[in-house]
Amino acid sequence: MAKILMKGNEAIGEGAVRAGCRYFFGYPITPQSELPHYLAKRLPEVGGLYLQAESEVASINMVFGAAGAGARVMTSSSGPGISLMQEGISYLAGAELPCVIVNMIRGGPGLGNIAPAQSDYFQATRGGGHGDYRVLVLAPASVQEIIDLMKDAFDLADKYRNPVMLIGDGVLGQMMEPVELDEEVKPVVLPEKSWAATGRMGRDKKNLINSLYIVPENCEAHNLELARKYGTMAEKEQRWEDYHTEGAELVLVAFGTAARVCKAVVDMFREEGRPVGLLRPITLWPFPAKRVAALAGTARHFLTVEMSMGQMVEDVRLAVNGRRPVYFYGRAGGMIPVARDVYREAGKILTGGADS
Amino acid sequence: MKKVFTRPKSLKDMPFHYCPGCTHGIVHRLVAEVIDEMGIFDRTIAVAPVGCSVFCYDYFDCDAYQASHGRAPAVATGIKRVLPDRVVFTYQGDGDLAAIGTGEIVHAAARGEKFTVIFINNAIYAMTGGQMAPTTLLGQVTTTTPYGRNREINGCPVRMSEMLAVLDGSAYIARVSVHDPANVARAKRAVRKAFEVQMAGLGFTMVEVLSSCPTNWGLSPLKALKWLEENMIPYYPLGEYKVSGDTTPLFRHDSGADGGLSKNDPAEVG
Repeated sequence: MAKILMKGNEAIGEGAVRAGCRYFFGYPITPQSELPHYLAKRLPEVGGLYLQAESEVASINMVFGAAGAGARVMTSSSGPGISLMQEGISYLAGAELPCVIVNMIRGGPGLGNIAPAQSDYFQATRGGGHGDYRVLVLAPASVQEIIDLMKDAFDLADKYRNPVMLIGDGVLGQMMEPVELDEEVKPVVLPEKSWAATGRMGRDKKNLINSLYIVPENCEAHNLELARKYGTMAEKEQRWEDYHTEGAELVLVAFGTAARVCKAVVDMFREEGRPVGLLRPITLWPFPAKRVAALAGTARHFLTVEMSMGQMVEDVRLAVNGRRPVYFYGRAGGMIPVARDVYREAGKILTGGADS
Repeated sequence: MKKVFTRPKSLKDMPFHYCPGCTHGIVHRLVAEVIDEMGIFDRTIAVAPVGCSVFCYDYFDCDAYQASHGRAPAVATGIKRVLPDRVVFTYQGDGDLAAIGTGEIVHAAARGEKFTVIFINNAIYAMTGGQMAPTTLLGQVTTTTPYGRNREINGCPVRMSEMLAVLDGSAYIARVSVHDPANVARAKRAVRKAFEVQMAGLGFTMVEVLSSCPTNWGLSPLKALKWLEENMIPYYPLGEYKVSGDTTPLFRHDSGADGGLSKNDPAEVG
């Protein structure tokens, strides 16, 4: 193990290489540029391919082809580019193809700006594209966690034959933190993909990568099968981090960069001996509803903090199910919540929220 | 009894869903015959489009993908980059390739992606009900050009073979037709050449096939073939627009069979 300093965007790239990903198809957009820069250099070193596509639409369909051929493959983009990929993501989910998609979220809507945001939460967790489907969404909060989650992202994609999205923002992408890395890249044993369409090569049966079910009965059966899979994911894959939630009267709920700010806020309260904790969802879909529901039995209030006008707060409310008040504090358009502002909001709830 | 004509092995034993007189069936058969004759069935991968031939994955018995509308060249790029020793072909119509998928086809050709495109040009969107395609001829009546395609409103039809042939990444580009037996035989030779050029790793290959759509043209199958010959070929000249590898001409200058519109020499169109 070596400890080295790494940028978040580069960590995504190195994490992917170490997870056995050898194909990247993408189109330039800020603020994820360091990732394609890194992989354009790194992938050829390990016998892989970095290919710059003509658009995000083409990128995601190249991912479709490579995933269907059995490769570990990824793409990355930011807000507007991810919007362009939505049709392809729906096809990937429909055809049950594993892949990893990175969204380094920027301010929106429209062209917005290139500053950090979390306002693509709905797009990531509600499907984004057409039809009944889900993608697994991972939200790291540190450069080390990025490295660790990239491995899990590819494993989960293969396990469920489903797209996995890893989301971050410009802060996570550009900041440098020390990470622990094995000194050499160990060979990854990839799971066998007997379903991949690689040319029959003597196989008895043809393999087909397809999301078309023209007969409604068949399409419904396909949807029911997918729903069963999503049900298993929702049951088994909820991940979160508890930070001083034990005995917390007020629980902050935040992910990614916002969660880092909230940790500082929790520390401020805890130094004063006041019972405030943080629940940090690591999977956004499936949302850690189990943990939120359990905390609703012990905490008195929840405060969701997001870099958006309030999106994840809906999932918190669904999980709390009316048992406790759920408040929201957010900054939008590329602005980052400041610890003292969150501290003030939380303080108001602690002093006046008992009767709300 | 001696069997003199049979279904190619690369085609599954199932009825086509195509309308009577549609030429998709002929083109499917040509591609399947070429795959059989070259002995490459086991390593061939088909990419189906959105359009009338969306179900072509059901007919070709090789491994297959169904791509979203227009994106078959991007999907084929992903496949071929992962499996460079396989033979990959897309099968796309004019709406798919020349309208919504223009970006993908142009850049696949520009990159010199080593797969083959079978491009069916029947000058209309057929599956969705006979709307104007980018290849619809001026004056041609469709459900969305009820007064005929008007240059002022709709612009002019797109000649994809000519357009892609000028790109350095393309290695074999030919336009053929299937309106009579001689042209069917020539179309098959073009498909074979394209597959051979792909396998030689020379670059992007495409065979544009002028095809008929009796249903949406509102013509009997026979009249539709006649209409194709008299109206489409003058606007879409048959010929090889880019040649690499085997340079045996598909069309002979002296034959006159193509109304003097044949193009053997890439220099002529370059």
